Amino acid sequence: MAGPIVYRTRRNVLHMAALAAAASVIAPRLSKADAKAVEAEIKKLYDGKTMAEGRVKLDVPQIAENGLVVPITVDVESPMTEQNYVKAVHVYADGNPLPGVFTFRFSPLSGRASASTRMRLAQTQNIVAVAEMSDGSLFTTKAEVKVTIGGCGG
Amino acid sequence: MSTRPTPRVRVPANIKAGDTVEVKTLISHEMESGQRRGQDGKPIPRKIINRFTATFNGKPVFDADWHAAISANPYQSFFFKPSESGELKMVWKDDDGSEYTATSRITVS
Repeated sequence: MAGPIVYRTRRNVLHMAALAAAASVIAPRLSKADAKAVEAEIKKLYDGKTMAEGRVKLDVPQIAENGLVVPITVDVESPMTEQNYVKAVHVYADGNPLPGVFTFRFSPLSGRASASTRMRLAQTQNIVAVAEMSDGSLFTTKAEVKVTIGGCGG
Repeated sequence: MSTRPTPRVRVPANIKAGDTVEVKTLISHEMESGQRRGQDGKPIPRKIINRFTATFNGKPVFDADWHAAISANPYQSFFFKPSESGELKMVWKDDDGSEYTATSRITVS
């Protein structure tokens, strides 16, 4: 492998160790999740699979006055029978310190692939949902929520 | 919070066969995200309910993995279509290993 030659002097080694330590300590605090982090999370579950738009619907407010309590409902079109039902819906937020919000898992006993909860949003951002059907097909959608007061303690 | 989380569940006790009903749940819990710092500047360790499951006569109906972004005193609603009478059991699992449980008798006619 060609590349700049870095001599392993004592100073260099110390320097690199310090940088690595700083990065590992500071990074999780300072970094916000972004669209890439959300993509990476989705890739962990469904690498290389194609996702279609539609069938999954996100019901979130366009403007959230309080980022600490933002209602969210996911709704997926499905007959919800033993042969054809919605297995799971994963929801991510691309502007929170951590991208994951929740995963809902349904069954034919659910009757309807719809569920609601409340989430914290640190700032104005996009919410991304990925739904997995019982036949393995994937559907996705996205919605933006404008947050007037953030939900991360300041 | 010093008090033990108490779940509250609303579900109709009598359901007509073939009907789908909505189950609404709420549990008191601070859902400490692990992202905040205390007055001493140290991060406050994460303590959230990370999993909610609902089963009917032992069969899975709905479950949820909750991450740090779920609000305090988490609310969860879901739908349910029972084909027989039985018991709907809901369990909340805490980061510290505790479990909080609620059950509802349901009669299908």
